[in-house]
Amino acid sequence: MKAAVIVFPGSNCDRDCKTAIERTTGAEVSMVWHGDTSLPDGLDLIVLPGGFSYGDYLRCGAMAAQSPVMRAIKAEAGRGTGVLGVCNGFQILCEAGLLPGALLRNAGLKYVCTAVALDVVNSQTRFTAAYRDRRDVSMTVGNGEGNYFADETTLDRLEGEGQVVFRYRDNPNGSARDIAGIVNDRGNVLGMMPHPDRAFEEELGSSDGALLFQSVLASA
Amino acid sequence: MTDDSAPSMAELALEYGLKADEYDLIVKRLNREPNALELGVFSVMWSEHCSYKSSRKHLAKFPTKGPRVIQGPGENAGVVDIGDGQACVFKMESHNHPSFIEPYQGAATGVGGIMRDVFTMGARPIALLNALRFGDPSHPKTKRLVAGVVAGIGGYGNCVGVPTVAGETNFHSGYDGNILVNAMCVGLADADKIFYSAAPSAGLSVVYFGSKTGRDGIHGATMASAAFDDDSDEKRPTVQVGDPFAEKLLIEATLELMASGAVAAIQDMGAAGLTSSSVEMAGKGAVGVELDLDAVPQREEGMTAYEMMLSESQERMLAVLKPGREADGQRIFEKWGLDAAVIGQTTDTGRIVLRHKGQIVCDLPLAPLTEDAPLYERPWTQPPVAPKLTPAEVPPPADYGQAVLRLMSCPDMASKRWLWEQYDRHVMADTLAESGTASDAGIVRVHGSKKALALTSDCTPRYVQADPYEGGKQAVAEAWRNLTAVGADPIAITDNLNFGNPERPEIMGQIVRAIDGMAEACRALDFPVVGGNVSLYNETNGAGIPPTPAVGGVGLIPDYARRASFKGLKAGDALVLIGETHGEMGSSLYLREILGREEGAPPPVDLVLERRAGDFVRGLIRAGEATVVHDLSDGGLVAAAAEMALAADVGVVLNATSHEHAHFYLFGEDQGRYLIATTEPEALIARAHAAGVHASVAGQAGGDALASAQGLFSLPLPALREAHEGWMPAYMA
Repeated sequence: MKAAVIVFPGSNCDRDCKTAIERTTGAEVSMVWHGDTSLPDGLDLIVLPGGFSYGDYLRCGAMAAQSPVMRAIKAEAGRGTGVLGVCNGFQILCEAGLLPGALLRNAGLKYVCTAVALDVVNSQTRFTAAYRDRRDVSMTVGNGEGNYFADETTLDRLEGEGQVVFRYRDNPNGSARDIAGIVNDRGNVLGMMPHPDRAFEEELGSSDGALLFQSVLASA
Repeated sequence: MTDDSAPSMAELALEYGLKADEYDLIVKRLNREPNALELGVFSVMWSEHCSYKSSRKHLAKFPTKGPRVIQGPGENAGVVDIGDGQACVFKMESHNHPSFIEPYQGAATGVGGIMRDVFTMGARPIALLNALRFGDPSHPKTKRLVAGVVAGIGGYGNCVGVPTVAGETNFHSGYDGNILVNAMCVGLADADKIFYSAAPSAGLSVVYFGSKTGRDGIHGATMASAAFDDDSDEKRPTVQVGDPFAEKLLIEATLELMASGAVAAIQDMGAAGLTSSSVEMAGKGAVGVELDLDAVPQREEGMTAYEMMLSESQERMLAVLKPGREADGQRIFEKWGLDAAVIGQTTDTGRIVLRHKGQIVCDLPLAPLTEDAPLYERPWTQPPVAPKLTPAEVPPPADYGQAVLRLMSCPDMASKRWLWEQYDRHVMADTLAESGTASDAGIVRVHGSKKALALTSDCTPRYVQADPYEGGKQAVAEAWRNLTAVGADPIAITDNLNFGNPERPEIMGQIVRAIDGMAEACRALDFPVVGGNVSLYNETNGAGIPPTPAVGGVGLIPDYARRASFKGLKAGDALVLIGETHGEMGSSLYLREILGREEGAPPPVDLVLERRAGDFVRGLIRAGEATVVHDLSDGGLVAAAAEMALAADVGVVLNATSHEHAHFYLFGEDQGRYLIATTEPEALIARAHAAGVHASVAGQAGGDALASAQGLFSLPLPALREAHEGWMPAYMA
């Protein structure tokens, strides 16, 4: 398995993603600078990490979505390569139009860092196959703008097509229909607010995120 | 303006916070009058914040050496050896005055500043802590200050991507006019790649990089060294504005520049900005420096030399590069999109010379600014020491159950979840314990190893108020105990001495005696001081804060598989109380919260017993024989038991004791104590006794209530949890 983690100025979970992937899958992970215009060949997974790309002084993820590297990522996504956006990465995927909807300010108007119990709604994706019939998993969130929003039609479609992958059991941020993570219609682009990259070993409080990376490994 | 109305230099000196005799000293040292810019340079370099002129003589009492100490006080941060060629770099610093005036930016830039102190030395920041003291919750400003400070700490640390793993928060009317915001940063470096500020030789380029210089924060160091009055809000323009995104870029660029081998010396621009950074680098290196201020990247047009030298704009660094390495710097600064410029050279003159628009605008010898700065032996009086209370002076509560609920929900004891849930505690994916995980200390892994660092921040101001010497001892001992309780070897501390006006002999007495007590504990516990910060003049309209010498402690866990927390209690476990209980009620939370009295001698710390008990407990954890451990502190036995019960969601029944002594037993704050959960209490007690440590069974885990065996109280856990968790969200709502 080959993976790449994109580094935007202000990314701060880039190293965490690299560590998580390496330790859980043994994959080779390259770090790709946002200004690059091409990606390494033969990737199985492209990760857009959490953080505050460009300071998030505009809408979260809006600047990063215009980065030079995003053109190459869109092309790879079009070819069916797996793309995972976590936290700020999810925001970037929405801003880039690779996923529907948007992440708004948390309902409580504050940054929230807490453990969340998640329901694995769809374990038929390349990102979740290893969860099999395990539905109850735990990770943490840490964000100020994790409140997923989309219009009712889109939400109905996401639910109807099995594109809702993770749901909060106790919604921490007001997300529509408790949505914590979604895939695109083709199933190869996943965006999620909870951090699998902070939940890959028991010492960290949960190793449930490891299964996500191992799912990708199995599908590679 | 005519010459007649312009203030004389002597008058200007007073305006800049210098004393008349200090001005006379400047004239004597220079053999002439300084110009206004030179006076500005003197005023910040001689401010308490930069010169430690009131405290330096007493700080010299701290033990600062030890087998693990690589760098003690005097640099940007302390450095200790954590084995395998690695070093831990850490420091705590106050941002009290700015945070009171503008809480969000004051706290945010406090976090930014302390991080720069750590990465300036070559370390990647890996954890943040904070020690906060606010006024009484009922004071009209308190709520707004709490909200602003917490948002500022989170807003900055979360964005930069360094986990905030531990802290402490107190409320007391003594801080109504002067809140305390102390931030601590811990970093990781290679022990042989520590960077220092001393410029090694003449003829090297001085490079400025980071954000541009603006007009913000001018004279911040001077403000931080002055008392407040009713017009303090008017000082808002002296507060700096933080940009955490710029800081994140600055960290990456600085570490990359260091790795490139281009750096000869480096210093962040913190308090007193370009002035103190250039003076420090040249002064410590015993060279000189010449700067061309026209080359300084400027945010605004028409900035004067004075404004540039005194600006405290954030996220800026000054580096002296090795010969011919300017291009390395340029490449890295461009990659990270940072402003940068060569703004001068080191010289061999022992002077700081500044040019602006073709003129020499400042030409001063360095010595009077640094090592020859004034040093004061301020007069002090022995602070009054609160007398020990007799048992008859401390009645039992009318209702034990109500007393326990009140204790667990009082502002100092209540859960601070509202606050720490706003901090990213998990970024970097090495956090093993944080504010939310029922641990006496934060724990972060040393990335890629079995090792972990345990981190804590401690001070009990009410003890220091009642007896500065004993309170100073206790602050150090509690930090040592918290690190011990998670299984760490305590290594060293950074101190953050927050006091009132040192020109008042009674305040100076608090400073002197607290330092004496801290130094005594540091010696007895082999817990040296490797860095620190002094924040004086925390007074408003003549009233000083409670003396608050905060202690930031760092410990090493050699193998994090062997560590403890206070979560994990199981029904059937016995709770063994380690350490002696006499029922110390002086200056206790019980006295203050239940009886409404703030008096009495604080619990004394027997440092021999402290060490013996701690070494015993640590040994058990290291041997894998204890995993559920909690130290006893505020609120005594009942508070510790309550926290353990809540963390595990398992009830605890505390043992009976004689009726007239029950409240002393339950609420006494005797020091040097721990609770350990065990299934084999007899064996544990026997081993403790063999080690010369007092131990007894204090209670049993089981049921769904916190209760007393003699029926004094029985509190269902949901009610206890509601009291403990409910106060802060309700207050902040």
